[in-house]
Amino acid sequence: MNPPVLIQTQVLIIGGGVTGTALARDLALRGVDCIVVEKDDINAGASGRNHGLLHSGARYVARDRAAAIECRAEGAILKRTAAQAVQDTGGYFVAVQGDDERYVADFPALCGQAGISVRPVQLAEAHAQEPALSPRAIAVYEVPDASIDPFRLSLESMAQAQSLGARLLRHTRVSGFEREGRRIRAVHVRPRADAQELRIEAAQIVNAAGAWARELALLAGAPIEMTYSKGTLLVTHGRLACRVINRLRPPSNADIMMPGGTVSIVGTTSTRVDALEDIHPTTADADLIVGEAARMLPALASARYIRAYAGVRPLVGSADGADARAVSRGYALFEHEDQGLDNFTTITGGKLTTCRLMAERAADLVCRRLGVSRPCMTATSFLPEAAECAWTEPGRTPRAWMRSHGADDMLLCECELVSASVVDTILAALRANGDTPTLTDIGLRSRIGKGACQGAFCAVRTAAHLYQHGDFRSSRGVAEILDFLRERWRGQHAILWGEQLAQAELMEALHCGLFGEELRDAGVPR
Amino acid sequence: MMRARGDAYDVAVIGAGMAGMAAALFAAEQGLSCIQIGNGGSLLFASGLLDLLAVHPVAEGRRWQSPYEALAALAVDEPGHPLARVDSASIRAAFECFVSALGAAGLTYAPLGERNRQLLTSIGTIKTSFGVPAAMVAGVDALAARPPCLLVDFRGLREFSAAQIAATLAGHWRGLRHQRLEFPGYEAAAELYSAHLARALESGETRRRTIALVKPLLGDARALGIPAVLGLARASAVHAAFEAELGVPVFEIPTMPTSVPGLRLLGALESALGKRGVHRRQQASVHALAFDAHAGTAELELGSVSGCEHLSARAVVLATGRFTGRGLRAERDAVRESILGIPVQQPDSRAAWHQRDFLDPAGHALNRAGLSVDADWRPLDAGGKPVWPRLFAVGSILAQQDWMRAKCGSGLAIATAWAAMGKVRTALRGTVPA
Repeated sequence: MNPPVLIQTQVLIIGGGVTGTALARDLALRGVDCIVVEKDDINAGASGRNHGLLHSGARYVARDRAAAIECRAEGAILKRTAAQAVQDTGGYFVAVQGDDERYVADFPALCGQAGISVRPVQLAEAHAQEPALSPRAIAVYEVPDASIDPFRLSLESMAQAQSLGARLLRHTRVSGFEREGRRIRAVHVRPRADAQELRIEAAQIVNAAGAWARELALLAGAPIEMTYSKGTLLVTHGRLACRVINRLRPPSNADIMMPGGTVSIVGTTSTRVDALEDIHPTTADADLIVGEAARMLPALASARYIRAYAGVRPLVGSADGADARAVSRGYALFEHEDQGLDNFTTITGGKLTTCRLMAERAADLVCRRLGVSRPCMTATSFLPEAAECAWTEPGRTPRAWMRSHGADDMLLCECELVSASVVDTILAALRANGDTPTLTDIGLRSRIGKGACQGAFCAVRTAAHLYQHGDFRSSRGVAEILDFLRERWRGQHAILWGEQLAQAELMEALHCGLFGEELRDAGVPR
Repeated sequence: MMRARGDAYDVAVIGAGMAGMAAALFAAEQGLSCIQIGNGGSLLFASGLLDLLAVHPVAEGRRWQSPYEALAALAVDEPGHPLARVDSASIRAAFECFVSALGAAGLTYAPLGERNRQLLTSIGTIKTSFGVPAAMVAGVDALAARPPCLLVDFRGLREFSAAQIAATLAGHWRGLRHQRLEFPGYEAAAELYSAHLARALESGETRRRTIALVKPLLGDARALGIPAVLGLARASAVHAAFEAELGVPVFEIPTMPTSVPGLRLLGALESALGKRGVHRRQQASVHALAFDAHAGTAELELGSVSGCEHLSARAVVLATGRFTGRGLRAERDAVRESILGIPVQQPDSRAAWHQRDFLDPAGHALNRAGLSVDADWRPLDAGGKPVWPRLFAVGSILAQQDWMRAKCGSGLAIATAWAAMGKVRTALRGTVPA
């Protein structure tokens, strides 16, 4: 066996979610060299499986004023510095008949105490603004909630960090830590299962692995206590409301509907889980969400759903019972010095809205340990837009295509109007990072596969395009299409009824009935 | 109860997919007066290949060279499968009748024989099928012998990559080359649609220019593979011209929908039904269906943009398909039959409808849901009795089959339509002809 290839850096960041990428950007802006290792791809965990809410803080005013204030401040920062990833839609908090009226009555004052602007909305105005609201609504307040595209945020944070010298190793798992006294001397990582192990020497190591932070801390010899809470969300075929619509009651199931460009996203649930493998939305999750959310937005009972997804919230601490809502949604920074480690940090928990702040706190600690005195820049400096990172936003590709499409720029996805030139931009960036692009990579960075067909057509067109470019060779295309459709299916089976079931049947008729992709050796003549 | 009573027919066939078309054709062949309701939209998704049975058991993914041996095994393993309930002589007769009607309508199929055949698909997988259009059959021979062969495609025909097929097969087919062409006259178009190309190739000028592009590329190739765009109504002339000019066998490769071979099937079936005097209501759907016990007829109320129509029939054949065909409707709590609410055999709860892996070898349980029928192909009510003595069901709406995994869609449609129409004729004996 060959000795592992040695790579050196100042800071090794484990995890390429919203926190890890924000940390890479923060450190890079302070002139600190860093590497992000990510076992899958950008935002593969909870960072990419949430509702994309940029909290005003109003959700937390009753239970956790500090968290509410933190959200208010961070929300304002991201609206200013990462405006391209934010849709500043505003939000309503809506109570319906039967909801706790004391909670309703206390809400505006609690918002005021947390410094969150709140405006009571007359019911007639609310119904005019958001016709999908239930006629049984009894109180509506407006707050500065917004929606944020976590993929664009992470991709552009990482792109800026890389432009400043940071490195990203995707599909790279940590396989072990080399300890020497109170320090981790090196971290062993393996890019893909069959590749040679790498040995990364870093002065500081930050565990920003989200829900996987517990496993990594344990592997490093510095265990932490965490609770996992699965949350499921549903995606509708059309957009049902302009604003964020929250249920005005203590946090519970199915109390939010988010605008997500051309769709609405409805959720969530909170179920305690013990393992991180095989997390998937269930039909029971879907029924619970549809049934409960329809009390606030009756159209949800008959809406067409195109997708469901489930993520695991990494909650710090322990919980008894099945509902993990009682565990704090705050973030936690572990210095691990009391566990005998001087160059290992864990930053986990928290929320999408506070990811920048989490990165700032972790970077402050790391910089202090490194003796770097430069201050954090991310609260004030703008996140630069990057051409290859702009395509996860729903509705952007149609606009771009309408403006500029040429005769040689064919549409690869007709649901979301993603053209070949968009895919080419993404491909070029992946190749520049030394990656071999996959269909799944392209799906994560664009709207390919996100529309009603869920990949049935666009996966085939994109694979054909990749063959034409020479990115795909030999018989890889069929396996790529299968991987892509399987991933899409994981988010479909729980919501397959009505129109979307007919769509799924068409997908199976094509890919199994005609192409026989499910058969072993589908591409081998006999 | 409906008010007016309109025209009377022996048989009303509801549905115009493969099963509805086959049922209407066989009804007419038997001399029954027939009206067919529904548009042929689902045929646009047809590949042109007529699968009979290629895979059994589904969970093992076992592919069969002989569909009839596969059917014999199916009859033993799954006696409730609709195809297990049709004898092989009837299946042979049904396919011969169907294919010869297509041939008479100008859409030639290769002689059927006893064997399944293997062909390339547009993504480079190998498709096992039974009834192969004449324009595709050279591809069966080429795949078997694997001589030097050229595949061409057209820039802009997005779902079709000759490069992908050649790369996928590279380890198995040494002399397989590929070339991308600009389709003559469409150089300025970003996206091409196969139906447009097919129509364009019916013009002598476009055909000559296309052939002129291909000819210098042939080299040592002893066959040419091309996307299935060689003409629509005049497809056999277009195909013949390619072969004559190029001097090598030319084969079409089936494409994703909307497919030209599907359009040809639709056109040929419409022509065959028209010649046989089948009445058709393509833009209408069945709004109500009731049975008049006194008259012994079914009363249908049809709706369309042009208004309402009433008619009666002595027998009704449901060939309304599954979810894409709208014969079945999946609601969040259960699957229902769309027209009459006939009980649907189905899993106990939605949680059991689908596997979590799209490609689970066992297939999805919901795909085996559908109507239960008696030995005479009559759907059963909740009490296990026929819903009406002369209401029949055929094709993919039937329970206990997974046509997508077993590759038996056309076989299911054609064989059950044939078998059921035999029962229709028997049932109509002794009633007053329409």
